[in-house]
Amino acid sequence: MDTILRVNDLHVSFRARGGEVQAVRGVNFEVKKGEAVAIVGESGSGKSVTAQSIMRLLPSPPSFVKQGSIEFMGRNLVDATEAEMEAIRGKEIGMIFQDPMTSLNPTMTIGHQITEGLIKHQGMNRSEARERALELLRLVGIPNPEARFGQYPHNFSGGMRQRAMIAIALSCNPALLIADEPTTALDVTIQAQIMQLMKDLQQKFGTSIILITHDLGVVADMCDKVIVMYGGQVVETGTKWDIFAKPQHPYTRGLLRSMPRLDLPKGEPLVPIDGTPPDLLAPPVGCAFCARCEHAMEVCLNHDPELVPVGENGQTAKCWLHHPLAKEVQA
Amino acid sequence: MSASAVKTKGAAFQPVAGASGEKLLEVRNLSKFFPVGSNETLKAVNDLTLSIGKGETLGVVGESGCGKSTAGRTIMRLYEPTSGETLFNGRNIYKMRGSELKTLRREMAMVFQDPYASLNPRFNIMDVIAEPLDIHGIAGSAKERRRKVEELLDLVGLRPEHAARYPHEFSGGQRQRVGIARALAANPKFIVCDEPISALDVSIQAQVVNLLQDLQKRLGLTYMFIAHDLSMVKHISDRVAVMYLGKMIELAESSELYANPKHPYTQALLSAIPIPDPLIEAQKERIVLSGDLPSPIHPPSGCPFRTRCPFATEKCAKEVPDFREVKDGHWAACHYA
Repeated sequence: MDTILRVNDLHVSFRARGGEVQAVRGVNFEVKKGEAVAIVGESGSGKSVTAQSIMRLLPSPPSFVKQGSIEFMGRNLVDATEAEMEAIRGKEIGMIFQDPMTSLNPTMTIGHQITEGLIKHQGMNRSEARERALELLRLVGIPNPEARFGQYPHNFSGGMRQRAMIAIALSCNPALLIADEPTTALDVTIQAQIMQLMKDLQQKFGTSIILITHDLGVVADMCDKVIVMYGGQVVETGTKWDIFAKPQHPYTRGLLRSMPRLDLPKGEPLVPIDGTPPDLLAPPVGCAFCARCEHAMEVCLNHDPELVPVGENGQTAKCWLHHPLAKEVQA
Repeated sequence: MSASAVKTKGAAFQPVAGASGEKLLEVRNLSKFFPVGSNETLKAVNDLTLSIGKGETLGVVGESGCGKSTAGRTIMRLYEPTSGETLFNGRNIYKMRGSELKTLRREMAMVFQDPYASLNPRFNIMDVIAEPLDIHGIAGSAKERRRKVEELLDLVGLRPEHAARYPHEFSGGQRQRVGIARALAANPKFIVCDEPISALDVSIQAQVVNLLQDLQKRLGLTYMFIAHDLSMVKHISDRVAVMYLGKMIELAESSELYANPKHPYTQALLSAIPIPDPLIEAQKERIVLSGDLPSPIHPPSGCPFRTRCPFATEKCAKEVPDFREVKDGHWAACHYA
């Protein structure tokens, strides 16, 4: 499969009053054509900053890319000019945001917002764009699209707004769709609808998807590959089968253990991960998870481990426990 | 709905008490309507009847707009009800006045969803937690006040030196601990937890839930746990009530409800939740409901769920299903359950 996106050693920081917040600290991953990749992590793990850096949506200043590159279909987006980015955003990379109320323009009709990209990027005229927009609204399951076309976001329910967002994101057949917590603001029955829709559309158009989420259930349902982030770094990667069946990083294991499971009988107390995530104003010298890790060793405190291969299917983990000299640990 | 219809229905309905048998709280035909626009009403909570046993945790689940938060707030008398009553230790709380009401306020407390918005940013933690002590005149002296606050901080896993800090210096999980300490300050018996963990990160949620469970054991608390996260509700609750459009549509022991849901809405809700296990997800036949929640201002006739129900018949449009006991201690409002 062709790789359409390759992120190399990406470092993104924000200048703040107290110093430099190192939100993303050396992230590497790639996305192949037609693949759905999940980036999982808690707030402050750097998952959204990574995604927004790909789209170059972070205001600069205060943000800046310290180091690294983002290669999208042969171009380095880190160096791209604003005009070049304008041609890529919406056309080659579509984006769906978490909150469909604040990410749609409240003063523009839904129809206007969908046709905007079609007219700009596809060179369609007004009536062609309208036809295509109606088709898109139908595709994402909005009933009565002719009437909906002229309505404003406030006339739509949360689920319908998210469908409209998906219609906008897909309007120009992007090669890559970045979905940043697309279902977090929605109720579960609506979340099920939106996930089904995204899976159907992905199969139909072969779009690559980067799904950013903290919900491991959504990941298990939708994605092929999983990237786990913590403290601005990638701590584990692998296929969803490997990540859920045999997680190798203590953080991933802790995350899976701390969640109650609907399919298992109740009674077992939850196993929380004690402590709080690291302060990225002064990130730890060693492993970022060290302070909360039950297996922490002396080496973890002072030396940051590398992301090393740990399984057959390309699974990698960033943990000293996978050093050849480390002692055996029972998961 | 006429008042007499409400009464007869309520009389036929004798809900089961909690595990311990002794009831702390009984809610009878409670309704809370809000006027909206011109002569329209939003029936946020419509004829709710349930009881909560001493030491029990009752989970209340449902999607946004189903009335679960309004139910919690009306049961605490943060809202005056439109009709119905809530008995706390056998006394109707909506009839309480003066000192009796003030005592009630000590016995009921609330933990809110958003730990960022529910703490006064201008108060330090000492004052945030001591506010209930001051209001009820519990702490006699400044020394006593400090001692009480430090005790509460210790109880929720914070340190005494945190008392001098301000809310903005804490993370979400720590703030929620402060919120819990404040709720516990006046020594309540009953706590309404309104989505206490939904604003927190996954790894922190377990910390707060374990704390709540631990406190319940140590202090003999009774909880009403309102949430939309069904996995967490299953974990923490003894019994679970499911609400839809202001109505309670199912109520059962937690394990029973999840193993054996009777109402089509509960079935869809449970099936909609993605399980963090790709093997299960790959095999799962998910019931995907069509459509959105109808407006609670103009709810459908008959069964409120019929517009999205895959099994709806003509009868569902005509008759409101009774909330009946379909199995021992398992109640559902569906003609076909």
